[in-house]
Amino acid sequence: MENALSRYQGFVYVLPALLFVAVFVFWPLGQLIYISLTDTSLLGGGSFIGLQNYIDAIGDQQFWKSLWFTLKYTVFITPILMGLGFALALLTAPNRPLQQMTRGIIFLPVVIGIGSSSLLWYWLFDQQVGLFNRLLVDLHIIAEPMAWFIKADQALWAVIVSITWKVIGFGMLLFVAGIQSINSEVTEAALIDGANYWQRVWYVILPLSIRIILLTTLISVIGSLLAFDQFYIMTGGNPRGQTFTSVYWIYQNSFIRFKLGYGAALSIILTLIILVFSSVQVMLSNRGQNQ
Amino acid sequence: MTTLAESNTTAITADHAGSRAAGESRPVRYVVAAICIFMIVIMLMPIVFSFFASIKSPADAHQVPPSYWPQSLSLDNYIKVFNFQAGLWTYVGNSVAVAALAIVMCLALSIPAGYGLARFKIKAKEFWFILLLAPLMIPYQALLTPLYLTFAKIGLANSWLGLAIVHTILQLPFSIYLMRNSFEGIPRELEEAAKVDGATSMQILRGVFMPLIVPGMVTVALFAFIASWNEFLSALIFMNKETSFTVPIMLVSVRTGRLGAVDWGALQAGVMIAILPCVLIYVLLQKYYVAGFLNGAVK
Repeated sequence: MENALSRYQGFVYVLPALLFVAVFVFWPLGQLIYISLTDTSLLGGGSFIGLQNYIDAIGDQQFWKSLWFTLKYTVFITPILMGLGFALALLTAPNRPLQQMTRGIIFLPVVIGIGSSSLLWYWLFDQQVGLFNRLLVDLHIIAEPMAWFIKADQALWAVIVSITWKVIGFGMLLFVAGIQSINSEVTEAALIDGANYWQRVWYVILPLSIRIILLTTLISVIGSLLAFDQFYIMTGGNPRGQTFTSVYWIYQNSFIRFKLGYGAALSIILTLIILVFSSVQVMLSNRGQNQ
Repeated sequence: MTTLAESNTTAITADHAGSRAAGESRPVRYVVAAICIFMIVIMLMPIVFSFFASIKSPADAHQVPPSYWPQSLSLDNYIKVFNFQAGLWTYVGNSVAVAALAIVMCLALSIPAGYGLARFKIKAKEFWFILLLAPLMIPYQALLTPLYLTFAKIGLANSWLGLAIVHTILQLPFSIYLMRNSFEGIPRELEEAAKVDGATSMQILRGVFMPLIVPGMVTVALFAFIASWNEFLSALIFMNKETSFTVPIMLVSVRTGRLGAVDWGALQAGVMIAILPCVLIYVLLQKYYVAGFLNGAVK
């Protein structure tokens, strides 16, 4: 009796969490697949229509446009976040007071909400009362205040500037941890060989940080592919739907146009795309853990 | 897994040796310091500007072109936010209640799970662990439609509990991961001694482990709070009744205003209020926050 109990004891402790994940993640995932095969709407409906939603998705220009826009956003912002993040990590990795303080302050925006930061930057970018515009004018970078959200490309860059400010500390801190965990003997050996600072960065620090750079890149890419808040708040998808991201377009279909079935089909497509990236991420993490 | 403490000590020695051996010259040090100060200014500027705007008089806040410094001090913007529609406390109350429930659920699920995963032999443990990490791989954005339909049916729409469940889905993998590491970090001998005394696993959990995993619990609670307080999309979808808004959703409706014109001063006052708890937690509990962040995000 006691043996039988103790054999399952560990499992019993894990069970509540497993049940929670089963009920609130796997069950809804099953429902999502089913809903995607129906014409469910917030107003009713719900009859089975097979793959019609997926066929509609293929012909949905706006969906592809949104996916393309999301990809563009991701392709633009990822190198900025990783490159600048790594540069800031090099700058602040030494544990001297000023560097530690800089590190702490660069990380600060990471803890505030993306909703708050987007509203803050929406104001900074405003053509009339925005201080970012005023600053650019005062620095003679632009001649007069710009309307950032009238053209899609400018709106995209406004969002990229605001998100870079908000999340640059995320990658930086992970890179700092990576740099600091490099064995000092390795760097010293390079020093004795006469390597200068940039040679050490290129031949020692970068190669030894590659796993953490990869992981951070994946986390960042997944985050960008799922972007919603910043565009919902700063651009509202405008002009003419040119700044809808994938998640935004799914939200728009599901909760503004009430087409839940169609939104579900789009969600499935997006989930499959994300799954490719996130499974690589989990594999990379687990490998590192076993080492 | 390198803990922060370990990496710090190696870094200090590495850094010491590095700067000495490199013979880092004075000009280089000045340049580095200058870049640091430049970065600090850039990072703080938006928040400082926003703070100044929030204490300008409403008329000042609408001045074109805007001024960097407030020319007159006024709390009118804050008073406006306090009295916004159902009143600020309704929205803060909603946010706090949802966050509190999310914290409780994260702890209630992750403490036993971490204990089970770290301290017991379980068949196919890796498999169960990966299942528990599944919410990391499936974007929660995709689950919102089915959850919304279910919650609407069972009366959890516009409820604290409903939204807290979504926030728990978000935070659970991190929480379990962190708790498992907390339990693994505790020496076996403590547990063995209690076992010899005939204590049950539950007694050991409460008597031996609980006091030792407090730092882990603080970190789990802290992250659950910040994630829940800041979360936007599911709050937007699930809390669609004006009185059930959380703070981020309230902010968006402050911006829209009643007459369609943006109330810039009030908006920045709202932003200040929304970021205050997060900034305070970060500044006061930075040690827990940074350690938890490095522990969870890298892995």
